[in-house]
Amino acid sequence: MYATTYAKAKDVADAVSQLKGADEGKLLAGGQTLIPTLKQRLASSDCLIDLSDAGLSGISDEGGSIRIGAMTRHVEVETSEMVKKAIPALAALASGIGDRQVRNCGTIGGSVANNDPSACYPSALLALGATVHTDRRDIAAGDYFTGMFETALDEDEVITAVSFPKPEAASYVKFPNPASRYAMVGVFVAKTSSGVAVAVTGAGQDGVFRHGGLEAALNSSFSAESIDSVAVDDSVLMSDMHASADYRAHLITQMTKRAVAAC
Amino acid sequence: MPEGTMNQGIGASVRRKEDKKFITGKGRYTDDINRNGQLYAYFIRSDVAHANIKNINVNAAAKCEGVVAVYTGEDIAADGIGGPICGWTPTNRDGSAPKEPPHPLLAVGKVRYVGDHIAVVIAESLEAAQAASEKIVIDLDNLPAVVDPATAIGNTQIHDEMDDNVYFDWELGDETATADALGGADKVIELTVTNNRVIPNAIEPRAAVAEYDEIEDRYTLYTSSQNPHLTRLVMAAFMMQIPESKLHVVAPDVGGGFGSKIYIYPEEAVCTWAAKKLRKPVKWTADRTQAFLGDAHGRDHVNKVKLGLDKNNKIVGLRVDTIANLGAYLSAFSMVTPTYLHGTLLSGCYDIPAIYTNVKGVCTTTVNVDAYRGAGRPEATYLLERTMDYAARQIGMDPAEFRRINFIPKDAFPYQTAVALQYDIGDYEPALDKAMEMIDYANFGSRQAEAAKRGKYRGIGLSSYIEACGIAPSAVVGTLGARVGLYESAVVRVDPTGTISVFTGAHSHGQGHDTTFAQIVADKLGVPIDSIDIVHGDTDRIPFGMGTYGSRSLAVGGTAISKAVDKVIEKGKIIAAHMMEAAETDLEFKDGKFTVAGTDKEKSFGEIALSAYVPHNFPHDRLEPGLEETAFYDPLNFTYPAGTHICEVEIDPATGVVDIVDWAACDDFGNLINPMIVEGQVHGGIAQGVGQALLENAHYNEDGQLLTASYMDYCMPRADNLPSLKIDYTVTACTHNDLGVKGCGEAGAIASPPAVINAIVDALSVVGVTDMSMPATTEKIWRAINDATAKAAE
Repeated sequence: MYATTYAKAKDVADAVSQLKGADEGKLLAGGQTLIPTLKQRLASSDCLIDLSDAGLSGISDEGGSIRIGAMTRHVEVETSEMVKKAIPALAALASGIGDRQVRNCGTIGGSVANNDPSACYPSALLALGATVHTDRRDIAAGDYFTGMFETALDEDEVITAVSFPKPEAASYVKFPNPASRYAMVGVFVAKTSSGVAVAVTGAGQDGVFRHGGLEAALNSSFSAESIDSVAVDDSVLMSDMHASADYRAHLITQMTKRAVAAC
Repeated sequence: MPEGTMNQGIGASVRRKEDKKFITGKGRYTDDINRNGQLYAYFIRSDVAHANIKNINVNAAAKCEGVVAVYTGEDIAADGIGGPICGWTPTNRDGSAPKEPPHPLLAVGKVRYVGDHIAVVIAESLEAAQAASEKIVIDLDNLPAVVDPATAIGNTQIHDEMDDNVYFDWELGDETATADALGGADKVIELTVTNNRVIPNAIEPRAAVAEYDEIEDRYTLYTSSQNPHLTRLVMAAFMMQIPESKLHVVAPDVGGGFGSKIYIYPEEAVCTWAAKKLRKPVKWTADRTQAFLGDAHGRDHVNKVKLGLDKNNKIVGLRVDTIANLGAYLSAFSMVTPTYLHGTLLSGCYDIPAIYTNVKGVCTTTVNVDAYRGAGRPEATYLLERTMDYAARQIGMDPAEFRRINFIPKDAFPYQTAVALQYDIGDYEPALDKAMEMIDYANFGSRQAEAAKRGKYRGIGLSSYIEACGIAPSAVVGTLGARVGLYESAVVRVDPTGTISVFTGAHSHGQGHDTTFAQIVADKLGVPIDSIDIVHGDTDRIPFGMGTYGSRSLAVGGTAISKAVDKVIEKGKIIAAHMMEAAETDLEFKDGKFTVAGTDKEKSFGEIALSAYVPHNFPHDRLEPGLEETAFYDPLNFTYPAGTHICEVEIDPATGVVDIVDWAACDDFGNLINPMIVEGQVHGGIAQGVGQALLENAHYNEDGQLLTASYMDYCMPRADNLPSLKIDYTVTACTHNDLGVKGCGEAGAIASPPAVINAIVDALSVVGVTDMSMPATTEKIWRAINDATAKAAE
């Protein structure tokens, strides 16, 4: 690990001001990606700004949506009665992230800010049409994820919360990478008043994406069989030693079927 | 045995004495050891697979804050320090010696794998050493990587000493007789079997703390090793070239080895050398990435197998041509693993009249490959048991029945194989029968049909294995090229108050010796297990030791302890006879008491111990005072554990996911000392074998980069990859050691990979799949189903 300094932000404004004052400041949320990366000297920072006391934690029911504070830990989403009642698929997704230790530390804001192409949360945001709240604006999930590890956030912008509209039905099915147990393919299917959304994580070369073909088929008939004839283009999918693109394409179909069946 | 000790002797599932410290985090590993004023070493490793070193500029690094020294291979060479050596070398089939190119501790002129040591920075803190290492400027001239063993021969030359990249070309068996047998066979089954490369992954990464005492002119090295005496011998005699007595090696608590900590690595030697040069202790601990890149890997064989059958499906001959990837450099047991620990096992449990094998050990630009849990025997078992299954399918015979008719019959022991070994005892059918019963083999068909209704392919796979353990008779291994003996030593020291310390040359790094060895002594002496301490891992305290590997601790080390205890009892009898004024021939020892036959006279073991140290009434004319005995035990033969494992799987054809739904293991380890520990060893071994069969793979890309260098990419087995395992035993006691034991540490890892793959192939046979390589990943299975289905549609 390269030498760094550590400071706790007392609120969001303080975090933004500390971030502006640092050369290479980094926000520390749950630290489940950042800390290992720093320890391996794959990243460096002259200032780690810890958000744990910045008042960003908590889950609230806003009527049509569930609002989850950026520093809310996965375990809190997993066990929240409010989430389990309104969007059980989201609680189930949180319960499958990493292991118990990761879920006790990792946060939704950290995951969404990092936008790991194999992370679970981005698919939920995209399929449910979530809104990312920051210190300065609201960003629709569809505009937020801009590529692998890329987001619409400005350099010094801080996520404060994510709001998820309550769907009619939703389900997330993950095919984990056997080693890391990140998603090798994860499919979040949501049925809302505006139609069916299918978001895929773990597979796309540009990170999480929605699949128009699967959505069209499911909008015409919401059944596992309806996607049998939908082609999943593997030319935009990742291919690595764990899974070739055509296998990932096949898994997208299979995981979508399972998600639909579970809705 | 006195009351209260009944459940502590041989055959009792005594809870492990050592577990309290380990599960409460109180183990003392090498990295827990810190010496005053210690410095920290950080090794700079090659990030390319193969290159000439044009220049290394360390000037900027040497000037960094906190840096004490920066060394390169030239500094090591200038002091005449040697590199790791090979401890066992086979002879080439043309009678010549194998090639043993030098392995410098720090690279000289060339780097040969990603992770090869180029330089070391020694600094006052690890952070300072690591920061300075980034200032070293290394100018390399890249050369092509050589990764695939199948194409390594004659590829880009890696060592000057070896123009074809072949370390050795060895053979065993009768080539002509085997050719004749195959020529006259009714059917010849041919199969190419690849044994994939895996990474040992001991939970404790390797570490070293070295110090030099100027006054005594003596070094002390704490290191995570399976065999501290071997480390001392090799390091003193071949690397440092110092008197052996001037090097004290301590292997404290060690968190697993699986073979990877047999070998003496460059890091601990460099730390030891630098400790004298700098007159300060030097510490190094590998991080996990360094462990992936630098610890000796395992397996990595490609075999072409030909199995000949007569018209009754009896095996008449077997020929195996193997290419073994040994990596960029040789290490301690790297040449013996694919030869004498592999070729000699090719008869398996079967009566095979003619066998011939040729093995070529090849050099590639990958880290060295050495013994890994089972070492050669899993590779032999895998190719044989895959071929047996493949053959049974080809001839349309039940694989259990095909094995049964080819087993060496019970009355044929001792059985001389066609590949040098003589099995002393065994009985393979009862283990097969029991395993089949345990898993309800007879009703597999109905389970398969039920699974099919759920859209799942269900399969069952057998593996009947044998291993040669308890290595080994020194006289035999010496004729086969071993440069060491393979006995074990034990000292049993009885204190005046009757407590006992046992000093053993075996080394426990997870095996539970503190418990098992104490049980042997408790059983024989009739004393409570808590009065016995087991001491290991310290060259100053133990006479000599060959260490722990090859399932040898109990069969060799345990027998040495047993023999030392016998000597204690014999001496005790003479003392007791003197004290009770009886004839020695009338003395008996049982349940902790010396008695005189036909009388009620008795002396307790404690009274005799006291008398030995307070020898007021003592046979001084016959004996020296004290009660401490040493035994060195060199076995007459290997031991031959064997058994049958059966694995049952369900495959989801939609994804390729394999679920191991049942497992039956019936092993013959001879007598069991602690069945609970044995069961744990079987569990761990099976998990390790399942890891290789389904999940684990050391993946080098064509540039020689190891892509699986972290747990994000290298998949270890987890608890949810395994079902609850059904474990049982048959017992044929080993005929040539006092305890009748055979060893159990490697059996699970040897038996399990073919059981898994055979079960998968069986499951997929419904769509016409006939073979599957390891690891059988979900994608491979999905693709095999697709390919077979497409082929069937043609």
